[in-house]
Amino acid sequence: MGTGNKEKSVLVNDLVKFYGKKKDVVKALQGISFDVTHGEIFGIIGPDGAGKTSLFRILTTLLLPDEGRAIVDGFDVVKDYKEIRNRVGYMPGRFSLYQDLSVQENLEFFATIFNTTIDENYDLIKDFYSPIEPFKDRKAGKLSGGMKQKLALSCALIHRPSILFLDEPTTGVDAVSRKEFWEMLKRLKEQEITILVSTPYMDEAGLCDRVALIQLGKILSINTPQKIIDDFKKPIMAAKASNMLHLLNDLKNFEQVEDAYPFGEYHHAVMRNNFNEESLRKYLQQKNKELELKKTEPDIEDCFMSLMPASHKEE
Amino acid sequence: MSSTSNKNILNTPPTGGERGTVIKADKLTKRFGDFTAVDQISFEVNKGEIFGFLGANGAGKTTAMRMLCGLSLPTSGTGRVAGFDVYKENEKIKRNIGYMSQKFSLYEDLTVKENIRFYAGIYGKSDKFIKDKTEFILKQLHMENEADKLVKALPLGWRQKLAFSVAIFHEPQIVFLDEPTGGVDPVTRREFWSMIYQAAESGITIFVTTHYMDEAEYCSRVSIMVDGRIDALDTPSQLKKSYQAKSMDEVFLKLARKAARSESNPTKTA
Repeated sequence: MGTGNKEKSVLVNDLVKFYGKKKDVVKALQGISFDVTHGEIFGIIGPDGAGKTSLFRILTTLLLPDEGRAIVDGFDVVKDYKEIRNRVGYMPGRFSLYQDLSVQENLEFFATIFNTTIDENYDLIKDFYSPIEPFKDRKAGKLSGGMKQKLALSCALIHRPSILFLDEPTTGVDAVSRKEFWEMLKRLKEQEITILVSTPYMDEAGLCDRVALIQLGKILSINTPQKIIDDFKKPIMAAKASNMLHLLNDLKNFEQVEDAYPFGEYHHAVMRNNFNEESLRKYLQQKNKELELKKTEPDIEDCFMSLMPASHKEE
Repeated sequence: MSSTSNKNILNTPPTGGERGTVIKADKLTKRFGDFTAVDQISFEVNKGEIFGFLGANGAGKTTAMRMLCGLSLPTSGTGRVAGFDVYKENEKIKRNIGYMSQKFSLYEDLTVKENIRFYAGIYGKSDKFIKDKTEFILKQLHMENEADKLVKALPLGWRQKLAFSVAIFHEPQIVFLDEPTGGVDPVTRREFWSMIYQAAESGITIFVTTHYMDEAEYCSRVSIMVDGRIDALDTPSQLKKSYQAKSMDEVFLKLARKAARSESNPTKTA
């Protein structure tokens, strides 16, 4: 455990990161602040270009911030980087193990660097490592995507870190493997490891204890997934009809509808607070066949869209 | 080529193919050594359809798509795409389809205009066609002011929408989209799908893969590949009925969980 704030595994204060020169500078992080409590699964949720990877690279001491401060496990990411490196595990978005070393050689390599052995921490990695152990002599480059992921996670955990950083572990992974990966994370949480995980998939927010929704270097909201949903105060109607394209246009043209967009099988219509359900129904019935209209609860994705600044919605 | 007036460009039906079926696969198979990546898949895709091509990682989607795009010769079975044979006429197939993926779409060090010119030139379009249609597309995308900017200076969402416009610039009969919306924000993701709808209404057939199950709902029909075979193919609503599922996510999980060569079952992975 670190010496600083025992309750907080990560403290981030006004973090800023720029890339490039004066004229075409890219603002990757525009003053980000949040904290992560010990033992939490904290999700950083946002699309590509939100700043997720820059943030993770700063917190794992691989990149220097331009402004602001971050404390990880009680240590400063700039001054005490060596301490932090012993205490965190990092799984980058891109597979970055040694492709021409075998499964076991990779794991032994990382264990040795951190002055430990596979045996010493086997209980911690057992969940991820035992399914690939029968292939321990196979070169890492020859593994399937799911097996690479399990090996990468084993290597990130082999020194028993107190905080684990997972940068987009489920990107490009199919729905079944994604579910299984999250089940593994839940079990890891029981070992009292703090987990920071980033993802572009909004539906994964519900699997985190708390989430930060992030877009273009700015945090839109930080809370538990349920609170973020509770904070969405406007009513949402779900609608479906024989011609979904026409239905969408009809919804957009109705004056009590603030915003309407496709949402899987139904369209979602964000309504003004004083809307009249019956007049909406009558209006839509005149123009659509097989109309189905019902109240629905907002989803994290509804929240994300309503929190996005208007200027970016036009992009 | 027909009129190039702005209004008609998108509404002009693609030339060359007959109405009806634009993709026809019959027992299409691809083996690598003793591993059967694609195992006798048979299906048809109709003109103007939005056809969702789903499957877990390793189910054989990419291999199947490569055969349909004329990039890989099948081991056995027959296939016709845009009216052409996948064995003998693959060069003609390439000329009559469009392709876009999340990983590779545009040249970042070329400007918006240069990218359009480059791709249209490859497909042998005339200068007049390119000039007129470039103006039309830039207007449609509200990107008139970005025409001379480098693609790498554009936000990701703009890039993906531009990439789609470029992929259908030569008015192909079919466009293959390989996870076109991965990592894109939820608003842009929906704007992208409204472009897909417009293209489909203009007669271009859409063949699309995605990991977002809500997007499977936007398809006219959806096929789900498991272990190299197509285990299910129907409209989203019919699939939900058949598998007694509330959502496409549930349908997908029911089918993909029984896969022998799934990622999570490495002992059986080839």
